[in-house]
Amino acid sequence: MNARLRVVLEEAVLPPLVALAVAFVAGDLLILIYGQAPGAVWRALLEGTWGNAYGFGQVLYKATTLTCTGLAVAMSLRAGLFNIGAEGQLAAGGFGAAVAGLALPAGTPWVIAVPLCTLAACVAGGAVGAVPGVLRARFGAHEVIVTIMSNFIVLALLNYIVSAKLHVPETLHTPEMHAGQVARLSGVIAGFHGSAANWTLLIVAAACALAWWYLFRTRAGYELRAVGLQPDAAEYAGVRVGRTWRNALTLSGALAGLGGINFVLGYKGYYEDGFAGGAGFLGIAVALVGRNHPLGVLLAALFFATLSQGGLAINAMVPKQIVEVLQGIVIIAVATSVPEVRRVLRNAAGKLAGGRA
Amino acid sequence: MSLLLFLAQTLRIAIPYLFAAAGGALAERAGVVSLTLEGFMLGGAFGAVLGSHYTGSAWIGLVTGVAWGLMLALIHAVCSIRYKADQIVVGVAINLFTVGITRFFLQLAFESSSNSPRVAGFGGDAGSSAAAFLTNPLVWMGIVVMPALWWVVQKTTFGLRVRAVGEHPQAAASVGVPVNRVRYVAVLGSGALAALGGVYLALDQHQFTDSMTAGRGFIALAAVIFGRWDPLRAGLACLLFAAAETLQIQLQAAQLIPSQFVAMIPYVLTIVAVAGVVGRSTPPAALGRTTD
Repeated sequence: MNARLRVVLEEAVLPPLVALAVAFVAGDLLILIYGQAPGAVWRALLEGTWGNAYGFGQVLYKATTLTCTGLAVAMSLRAGLFNIGAEGQLAAGGFGAAVAGLALPAGTPWVIAVPLCTLAACVAGGAVGAVPGVLRARFGAHEVIVTIMSNFIVLALLNYIVSAKLHVPETLHTPEMHAGQVARLSGVIAGFHGSAANWTLLIVAAACALAWWYLFRTRAGYELRAVGLQPDAAEYAGVRVGRTWRNALTLSGALAGLGGINFVLGYKGYYEDGFAGGAGFLGIAVALVGRNHPLGVLLAALFFATLSQGGLAINAMVPKQIVEVLQGIVIIAVATSVPEVRRVLRNAAGKLAGGRA
Repeated sequence: MSLLLFLAQTLRIAIPYLFAAAGGALAERAGVVSLTLEGFMLGGAFGAVLGSHYTGSAWIGLVTGVAWGLMLALIHAVCSIRYKADQIVVGVAINLFTVGITRFFLQLAFESSSNSPRVAGFGGDAGSSAAAFLTNPLVWMGIVVMPALWWVVQKTTFGLRVRAVGEHPQAAASVGVPVNRVRYVAVLGSGALAALGGVYLALDQHQFTDSMTAGRGFIALAAVIFGRWDPLRAGLACLLFAAAETLQIQLQAAQLIPSQFVAMIPYVLTIVAVAGVVGRSTPPAALGRTTD
């Protein structure tokens, strides 16, 4: 088999397909346990997401956040590091954007306010990501442990600020921003009416393209990937590994933080405690299924957004939590089938080569 | 408040941490990453309530709770050991899966999205007398679990094998230790132990509530790391974290320190420990790696 084709098959195509098949079977079983017809439930799931403009708008909205957290995890994994802190970084980004929007005087034109708030989101998320980066580079502290712990610390800190210092009485959200809000898509496309889809998705799409350019077209991105593949060899070739780790985790945090603008600038106009709601952890799934490639991340984000919106569409027939189960199964199946598919294909290729000899 | 009450309250909070941290220490010493403790605990809590609800016996609830923990641990073990999947990814996925599956069956069995009905449990209700607390067998099991685990890990052949496959699996394999089998046993053991933490929570409160473990599995993981993967030190870390929480609850009226800052203590201490500012905390050498 053509070597390049085999790599594409074993890395990008087969594992997600295997996972999808496993998820379908598991989903069928759960639906049958609940006494419903699988065909009808799947149909309702598709109709409620891609079948009407409102549902599709919601999918786009959810996919926007997931693209950011997926890119964040992918960026760290490309450097050989695992950022599990996207949840806290996403929340920090949203908070940064909301505070920036509060600090700006009312009536600031959007061409100034939106970039400033976006920058604030990236800086806040990046600052949270820089901590494990620096601790890893300087002290060798394992980034998985530090990022897990940082989630709880950041979320507790934000909860304290929002519940004790900066909030609208009787709520757990900050006052509405004076400037920086972004319009919904429904202003232009009437069919999206009621959905939260908004123009920040263009900013996120641009970030996705930038991430691709950085990873595959710049020297820094090349070094980052080299460190991820083989840090000792990269160091020997003159790459400063510690600095690359620090930069990768900071960038990763900034990407996760960027996701905060979708909720804050595009939807509510304020920071609300708990808005991240697991999107950071789901970023791990998005990066994994998207095979750490920006284009793959985009597609995987759409897939997981479809599942999570689809849960609401089928809630009348089966509990919507069925999609959480399916998300878990998809992640497990992809993680498990990547090494397995690789092994099976390599064995098959080896047998073919052996047969010819 | 008397010192005795303070200690009892600390112990009550520490029991689930002690069970889960024991599970975490066992699996991680064998080289398998334990991000799954939260899921194992939640599964254990739900399994316990199912068993207790349908039979009326808390003891059967204990057994079914452990069975749920074993089931989830088996998924973790097969994916991570047999198929060499990334243990961190599988761990995160199992936690997500468990939240979903417990909610799904909560709906199916009890037609509720928030909690189960009241079931038979151990001991009295939360806040009841010390005597009722002391009749809870899980309290006694929780007190001895860490010393017992220490003895297993340090003094038995199995424990030696666990440490060997966690530090240097190739060397262990070369002297005939069945590396994967030891890891399977360790992961299944961690599932059973962590599940007991969840069983305790559910049977102490006499019901299951959605996501009732509320991050306790991660506090237990923090205790394992802060305790440098040693059962006795990890046990002390559990008690320390629980004492901080108790203090927080007692001082709530005084409002000296916001509760969020007390909640951060385990996580901050753990980061300080792995960064090695005072006495570096180093994981088992082969943690997270699978070998052929």
